[in-house]
Amino acid sequence: MSTLLRSLGPLVRALHGQGYRVVGPTVRDGAIVLAELDRADALPYGWGVEAAPGRYRLHRRADAAAFGHAAGPQSWKAFLHPPRSPQWTADRTADGFTVTEAPPDSTRYAFLGVRGCDLRAIAVQDRVLGGADGGYARRRRELFIVAVSCTEPADTCFCASTGCGPAAGPGYDLGLTELVDGDRVRYLVEVGTPAGLELLTQLPTEPAPVDLVEEAAAAVAAAATKMSRALPEGDLRDLLAGSHDAARWDDVAARCLSCGNCTMVCPTCFCTTVEDVTDVAGEHAERWLRWDSCFDLDFSYLHGGPVRTSTRSRYRQWLTHKLGTWHDQFGESGCVGCGRCIAWCPVGIDITEETRALVTEAEEA
Amino acid sequence: MEATYELLSSQPFLAGLTPAQLDKLSYWTRKSTFHAGTRLFEEGQRADRFWLLREGHVTLDTHVPGQGTQIVETLGPHAVLGWSWLFPPYRWHFSASAVETTLAVELDGPGVRDLCARDHELGYELMRRFVEVVVQRMQATRVRLLDLYRMPS
Amino acid sequence: MTPLRYRVRRRLTETADTVTLVLDPVDEPIVAPLPGQFTMMYAFGVGEVPISVSGHADGGIVHTVRAVGAVSRAVAGARTGDVLGIRGPFGTDWGVPPGGDLVVLAGGIGLAPLRPVIRQAVARRARFGTVAVLIGARTPADLLYPHEYATWRAAGLDVRVTVDRADMSWTGHVGVVTTVLGALPVDPAATTAFVCGPEVMMRFAARALVDRGVPPAAVRVSLERNMRCGVGLCGHCQLGPLLVCRDGPVVGWDRAAPLLAVKEL
Repeated sequence: MSTLLRSLGPLVRALHGQGYRVVGPTVRDGAIVLAELDRADALPYGWGVEAAPGRYRLHRRADAAAFGHAAGPQSWKAFLHPPRSPQWTADRTADGFTVTEAPPDSTRYAFLGVRGCDLRAIAVQDRVLGGADGGYARRRRELFIVAVSCTEPADTCFCASTGCGPAAGPGYDLGLTELVDGDRVRYLVEVGTPAGLELLTQLPTEPAPVDLVEEAAAAVAAAATKMSRALPEGDLRDLLAGSHDAARWDDVAARCLSCGNCTMVCPTCFCTTVEDVTDVAGEHAERWLRWDSCFDLDFSYLHGGPVRTSTRSRYRQWLTHKLGTWHDQFGESGCVGCGRCIAWCPVGIDITEETRALVTEAEEA
Repeated sequence: MEATYELLSSQPFLAGLTPAQLDKLSYWTRKSTFHAGTRLFEEGQRADRFWLLREGHVTLDTHVPGQGTQIVETLGPHAVLGWSWLFPPYRWHFSASAVETTLAVELDGPGVRDLCARDHELGYELMRRFVEVVVQRMQATRVRLLDLYRMPS
Repeated sequence: MTPLRYRVRRRLTETADTVTLVLDPVDEPIVAPLPGQFTMMYAFGVGEVPISVSGHADGGIVHTVRAVGAVSRAVAGARTGDVLGIRGPFGTDWGVPPGGDLVVLAGGIGLAPLRPVIRQAVARRARFGTVAVLIGARTPADLLYPHEYATWRAAGLDVRVTVDRADMSWTGHVGVVTTVLGALPVDPAATTAFVCGPEVMMRFAARALVDRGVPPAAVRVSLERNMRCGVGLCGHCQLGPLLVCRDGPVVGWDRAAPLLAVKEL
C-alpha cells in the first residue's frame, strides 16, 4: 500500500531524532551538491538542471520541485568512500615502532534523495568495497537510504539503458516519488525495509489515493522515454575484450585531456592510493587512503616507469574496466547510467557515443 | 671416410641431408678434441673452418681494454661454432676457447664453400641451417641487448 | 588493514643492490605464506612495497629485496634488530603439483619467489621426476643464493646457470636463460614450469616452453603490476580482467599470454 507525505520536514526531523546525519542535495556554488542538511528547507526546491556534454547549468523551475534535477557533480561515494580517510598511525619507539589503527568512523548517515542510478552505484561499490571489514562496511551497515525515483532526467542521463532507473530500487529503506503541482509538492512513499517502516510510522502520513499512485507511476515511466542517450545493447564485455586495438581509442585520445574528472564524478569508480606522511621529526607517521584515478600517469607505475603512458591506453583502461572487465572482477557492469562523466568532462566526451563507435567499428571489421 | 660419415650423420645440425650429401661433406670433415683452456681461434685470424660441437663447452670472447677478456657467449653440445669462414674477408670476429674438454666435428671452410658453389642443392640445405642458427643467436642477442636485469633508471 | 611488526633477525648481502632479510614476528605472525605469494613490507615513515616471499621457517619469514626505489631501498637498508611492518600474505601461489617433472626458470630477482619451490623440490625430491632449475642473471656477481646451488645439485636437481656478461674468471655459461632452456631435455606431458623474471624474459621463456610442447596452463608465470593494497580494493594492479594482487601474481600462461600481448594494458 502506498502512503502520501505532504512535506519532507518531518522526515528529516525524524532522521535527526534517530541520530542520523542527513545528507541530501542542496544548492551551492552554482551546482546541486550533496551536503549535510539541517532542515528539509535546504533541499533545492524550485531548482532545475540543464546538463549536456561538458555542460552543467542550474536554472529556476516554474514549480517548487525538490528533485526536479539530475545528478550533480558529487555522488554518495563521497560519504561512504571518502576522498581522503585515515588508515593508521605509527609512532617510533626505542626499539622499533607501534602501529595504531585509526578510530572507527561511527557516523550514521541517512541519504535523502538517492536516485535509481546512484542506488545501484552504492550496490556496485558494496560488491567491491563492502567485503572488507573496514570503514566502508561500517558506514554502509549504518546507512539509511531515502531514494527518489526520477521523473525528469537530464540530457546526459541513460539509466534506462543500464537498467538502473528511472524508478529507484531495490535497496532503499524508503522510496519516494515526487508529485509536483505548481507550488505544491507531495511525496508518494514506498517502504523497502523494516527500518523504513518504523520511521514512516513516526511521520504524519495519509493513504495515497489510487489516482495519485497511477500518476506517479506514469510520470516515472514517461521519464524512461525522455532519455535521448543509451548504452548500446548487447554484450559489452565481449565487445571491449575484443577492442584493444580499435582505432576509436586514438580518436578519443586526441580529445581526452586525461584530467580524471570522469573518475572523480563516477559514482562507482573506487580506486584509491595511499599516502604515507611523517611529522618533521620523523617520529610519527600516518597512512591515509585517498581517491586515485586511472588517468593519473603514476597509477600504473612499476619500477622503471608507468605501464600506461599514453592517453589512449588510460582512456581504454577506464572504459574497458567500467563496461567490460568489471564483469570479470565483480560480476556486473560498473556503469549505472548517471551521465556525470558526460556532463563533467571538460571536452564533452560521451561514454555512450564512444561505446557506440566501438560497436560500429567492431561490426565493420 | 666411414668414421667421418658416421660422425656427420649423427649431428642434429645436418639431420635431413641425404647420404650422398653427407658423403660429399665427409671428405672435408675430421674429428677434433680440445682440452680445457685451448684457444680454438683468435680474433682477426683467417677463418677457414667451423665446428659442430659434440661434448663440452666453448666460449666466444673479446678483449676489452681496461675490462680484460669478456665472454660474449657460451656454446655447448649441438651448437655450430664459426660462420666467419662463409663470407669474405674470412676473418674471425671473436676469439674462442674451450672451457673444458670439448669434442667436435671440424669442417674445412674453403672445401665446403667450394662444395656449395658446385652443388647448389647441398649449398641451399647448409645455408638454410646456418641462417636458422644465426637468426636464433641474433634473437637471443637482441634479448640480451635489452639488458633486462639492469637497474631501472 | 594494519601492518604487523617483524624484527630483522638476520641480514645477508646477496648482491650490490639486493639483500635477504630473515624476520621474526614481534606480535602475532602473519598466516604462513605459500610459495609464490607476496607481502606488503612497510618501512617506518617511508611507505610500503610488495615483496615476494623467499622462505619461511621457525615462525619467521624470509624476503629477498632489491633496492630499486625509495621504499625498497629503505626496506633493504634495514639492519639486524630493526623493525619493519608486514601485511599479507597476498595473491595466488605457484601451485606446485604433487609429482611430475618441474622446470624452474628464473631471471634476476625472479629467483627470489621461486626459491620456496626449489626448496620444496629438494625436501620432497622423491616425489618428482626431473627437476631443472635454470637461472639467469646479468653478471656472476648478480646471482642470488649462489651458495645454495651445490645443495640443490646434491639433492639431484639439474641446476643450470647462465649470465648475460662475464669475464674469463667465470667458468659457467654466458647467454640468455632461454638458450639454456633450448638445451634442456623436456617431457612436455609431464612438465610443470614456473617462470619468473622481467616480463620480456617471461614472454620469451613461456613461448619457448610452449613451443617445446608444454601445455600453456602448465607454464606458470609471476606477473608484476603496481600492487598497493594487496586485496583487490585499490585498483592499481589491473591487467585486463585480472587484479594481479588477488588473481595473481601467479597465473597460467594460457591466461597471461593474451593479456601481455596487449601494449599498455
